[in-house]
Amino acid sequence: MNLPLPWPFDRDYMQLALIAGLVVGVTAPLIGTFLVQRRLSLMGDGVGHVAFAGVSAGLLAGVWPVWTALVAAVAGAVAIEWLRARGRATGDLALALFFYSGIAGGVVLTGLAGSLDAGTLTYLFGSILTVTRADAATIAVLGVAILAAITVAWRALFSLVVDEEAARVAGLPVGGLNLALAALTAVTVVAGMRIVGVLLVAALMVLPVGAAQRLATSFRGTLVAASTVGAVSAVLGLAAARQWGLAPGGTIVLVAAGLFVVASVLPRAGGLRAVQARQASH
Amino acid sequence: MPPALAADAVTFAYGRTPVLDCVHLAVAPGEFVALAGPNGSGKSTLVRLLLGLLAPATGTVSVLGMPPGALRQRWRVGYVPQRPAMVDLLPATVEEVVMAGRIARRGWWRRPDAGDRASVAAALDTVALGDLAKRRLAELSGGQQQRALIAKALAPGPDLLILDEPVAGVDADSQRRFRDALVALARERDAAVLLVSHEFGAVADDLDRLVVLRAGKVAFDGPPAELTATGVSLGVHAHDLPLWLEGLR
Repeated sequence: MNLPLPWPFDRDYMQLALIAGLVVGVTAPLIGTFLVQRRLSLMGDGVGHVAFAGVSAGLLAGVWPVWTALVAAVAGAVAIEWLRARGRATGDLALALFFYSGIAGGVVLTGLAGSLDAGTLTYLFGSILTVTRADAATIAVLGVAILAAITVAWRALFSLVVDEEAARVAGLPVGGLNLALAALTAVTVVAGMRIVGVLLVAALMVLPVGAAQRLATSFRGTLVAASTVGAVSAVLGLAAARQWGLAPGGTIVLVAAGLFVVASVLPRAGGLRAVQARQASH
Repeated sequence: MPPALAADAVTFAYGRTPVLDCVHLAVAPGEFVALAGPNGSGKSTLVRLLLGLLAPATGTVSVLGMPPGALRQRWRVGYVPQRPAMVDLLPATVEEVVMAGRIARRGWWRRPDAGDRASVAAALDTVALGDLAKRRLAELSGGQQQRALIAKALAPGPDLLILDEPVAGVDADSQRRFRDALVALARERDAAVLLVSHEFGAVADDLDRLVVLRAGKVAFDGPPAELTATGVSLGVHAHDLPLWLEGLR
């Protein structure tokens, strides 16, 4: 593949990186919008750490680590949701349990595999410039699955954001929707693993959403704006990484953080009216 | 015609702590009933039982003529919870929030159609928020936000509406709009309305019955006039009712 794209995407490896980066840049904030609204911003981090244990298990077993990471991440995400929904642990405590167990399990399994090397680091911190056609194809398939799921279910997931108890009374399949969101979070983490790494993928679920919340006035607008900020972060981050020889994963996240800061200092959409409404009600 | 809502000899406890003791309650279609009582009297637990979110230890609960879990058309039950803290930060328009109330009726996987949009517009007009449909919910005053949540519950066209302290801290204009919406629902659509509240000033004259819970038992069930005849003011209920309940001892 060598498309006639301008610098910095004129090389084959940059074009594969662009595809992978755009897919994750668009889809991660879509999932993140629901997590942020439900005060589960760190869910991606917890699942990412469990995914690292899956990567290590794959390296130990000689299986492609993406598959083992996917299995571990989905199992971990479902377990976190199960603990949270049944009140066995608060959301942050359930996350902490899997956060630390995941990273500890990953370290132990990596030690057993004798593979604590640069290959492992590509999963921890991402290595978008070494994305192969197979990687890009896998990421694209996962991205399409996430987009399809959100297209069908975003209105139902929004109902849970507004009021989970009212949604339960209305007969929505709240448990199933929560599990689906957890599983989608896991798929997103695995899709982003090769781009920014399991330690940073949650940033792409949260930072673009923080910026979008300042810019959009509607929930649909927030979804679109968050995806746009994520995509712009991926493109600018890749360009900056090539220009200045920076680590691409970290650069993409830093660009997203920068956009969040810029959006934070801009006047909030509808902010003046909100202040006036509050003053009128007091 | 069966009652829209019924609790028959319902008993419930959290662990070994009894909360409700042989409670009877019935609300007929078209009836506007208020549920009152001091904090800890069991009001919220009774509401959760009626909604099917909890199961009674003994006794039975029926909603629209059947056990809550057996009701397939759940959209026929509207529920307005105490204002969720989330709404102040929610990046969503008033219209989006009210449209969320239609999702159970049309199927959660379906896109809204013209009928959904018309129902949302009608619900917003009922609570006098039609002009603010495109505004972000967080821009509205607390009273307007609460009216938006009531519109969300009205949007699917419920046959039964349960409201859990919906007017706490709400301005006078919003309380008046709120009263108009509930009266229209009960009188014009023949829906049953159960209002749990500490304040009845805006609706005191429109209530068909008032039910007062004390320590998990029904202490009073009758027309509000019977209570106000004893000197209890429902408008300043928070001050008068506990004193009246003390007098029952």
